[in-house]
Amino acid sequence: MTPEQTQRRRSIIRGVIAVAALAAFYEGVAYSGLFPRVLLPTIQTIARTLYGMLADGSMFEHAGATLFRVLFGFSLAMTVGVPLGILMARFKPVENFFLPLVSALMPIPSFALVPMFMLWFGIGNTTTVLVVFYGATFPILFNTWSGVRSVNPLWLRAAGAMGADEHKLFWKVIIPGASPFIITGMRQGFLRAWIAVVGAEMIAASDWGLGWVIFDAEQFLQADIMMASIVVIGIIGFVFERVVFGSIERATVQRWGMVRMVKG
Amino acid sequence: MLPIEIRDVTLNYDTPGGKVQGVKDVSFTIAPSEFVCIVGPSGCGKSTLLNIIAGFLKPASGEIRIDGKPVTGQGMDRGVVFQDFAQLFPWRTALGNVSFGLEMKGVPKEEREKIAREQLRLVKLEKFTASYPHHLSGGMQQRVAIARALAYNPAVLLMDEPFAALDALTRDDMQRLLADVWRETRKTVIYVTHNVAEAVYLADRVIVMSPHPGTVKLEVKIPLERPRDPLSAEFVEWQKKLLHHLGHEAGGDDMQTNG
Ligand SMILES: Nc1ncnc2c1ncn2[C@@H]1O[C@H](COP(=O)(O)OP(=O)(O)O)[C@@H](O)[C@H]1O
Ligand SMILES: [Mg+2]
Repeated sequence: MTPEQTQRRRSIIRGVIAVAALAAFYEGVAYSGLFPRVLLPTIQTIARTLYGMLADGSMFEHAGATLFRVLFGFSLAMTVGVPLGILMARFKPVENFFLPLVSALMPIPSFALVPMFMLWFGIGNTTTVLVVFYGATFPILFNTWSGVRSVNPLWLRAAGAMGADEHKLFWKVIIPGASPFIITGMRQGFLRAWIAVVGAEMIAASDWGLGWVIFDAEQFLQADIMMASIVVIGIIGFVFERVVFGSIERATVQRWGMVRMVKG
Repeated sequence: MLPIEIRDVTLNYDTPGGKVQGVKDVSFTIAPSEFVCIVGPSGCGKSTLLNIIAGFLKPASGEIRIDGKPVTGQGMDRGVVFQDFAQLFPWRTALGNVSFGLEMKGVPKEEREKIAREQLRLVKLEKFTASYPHHLSGGMQQRVAIARALAYNPAVLLMDEPFAALDALTRDDMQRLLADVWRETRKTVIYVTHNVAEAVYLADRVIVMSPHPGTVKLEVKIPLERPRDPLSAEFVEWQKKLLHHLGHEAGGDDMQTNG
């Protein structure tokens, strides 16, 4: 095994231990009888419910609906956030115009917009996708803007001396040069999107989506369904954060030595 | 390989604290295939002058002509090597860095990689074509930078203290290597340094600058045979001569001999 593999195996073992400890604690409380079982189902019950929802396919449809909304909104956020962030960093008038807007809009929690979007667009995909878009755009835009401003001027000079025009500079120097920040922006943007979608689905979705399932289950005191959905939300979020963005980072900026390796 | 004329070049920097004189009324000419070193203490305007010749800065007055044509901006007739190792693109391998200029020119992939390989062989890095810069030592990175600046075959090579951040032993190797590269390629080279031994080792002619404001103090021809032996009596003699010229300047104690 290479030291890197050893390192990764150790971090996986540590993660498993942490999750097992949390599960054991939960199970202890659930069995203690401090709370009624219906409100605090045991892991066994949650697992059975989850298995049932996976077996009949309903969990896949809920998760699929949520993923669709998140990926749609996130893609929109990327197509707006990255180019606008670059334009703001490269052209002063664009920055002067958008920066105050960004500063004013960024702190508004996307969840606060859900009721208004519902008035405008009704219940369903439009509202949830737009809420995701709102939540994800600003971290992407902001990080891209910082990233482009921190591109080493020597790279621009060297590329200019080698005959790069504005268009080539953009694709061959500025984007890769800002990539550590852009990837950070994607990560933060996705996290915000994931949080936003579940919230938005609770009140602005009907029939499908992990957030909707949780909200719906509350009315019938189905805590096991709520817990099962929360577990799925956590797992999908984890997979994106560690597996998807983790491998993008390992294949690019870590390989290029532009960011330190993440240990642990 | 092209002659360069520098005529009455003046540039001031506008800073919050007022005007700072970069260079003032600098004039000299460089013959085709000549190796010229610009020496002088820190802050005497060496980098400013080089950046003007490279086209990164516009002079307030005066002009630069390369082969008779006035310089108006950056151009592919000039290759530039900086002091900072960070000039390489970290997201490109050594080969990718060296091919960059050819890629900008629209040379097909196969051909540009062939040329890039040859350039890397010239700087003795043929084994490291696939390495990313962060896996290379400082000296290797500077060699990649030289190969990169040569790859698209500019007539003029502009170098701003490219070896100043290297340790003394590596620097000696690099100077030898650069002398070899120059002998093979016959580029016109303008090389900025504040190391007197380096100037005597490399230059056909040394332009001595003095600060406040940055002006040319004098020019010294180095008539020594090549390859030069830094331990020979004449070499040391020329080094002393040059140091003597520099010694009268305020920043004279800043100058270095060998190392
Ligand atoms: N970007 C800049 N802004 C303001 N002053 C500068 C700038 N670059 C250089 N200078 C000033 O111009 C003078 C010449 O600098 P420089 O050309 O870098 O000298 P050298 O390369 O010989 O050390 C110095 O006084 C320096 O402080
Ligand atoms: Mg300098």
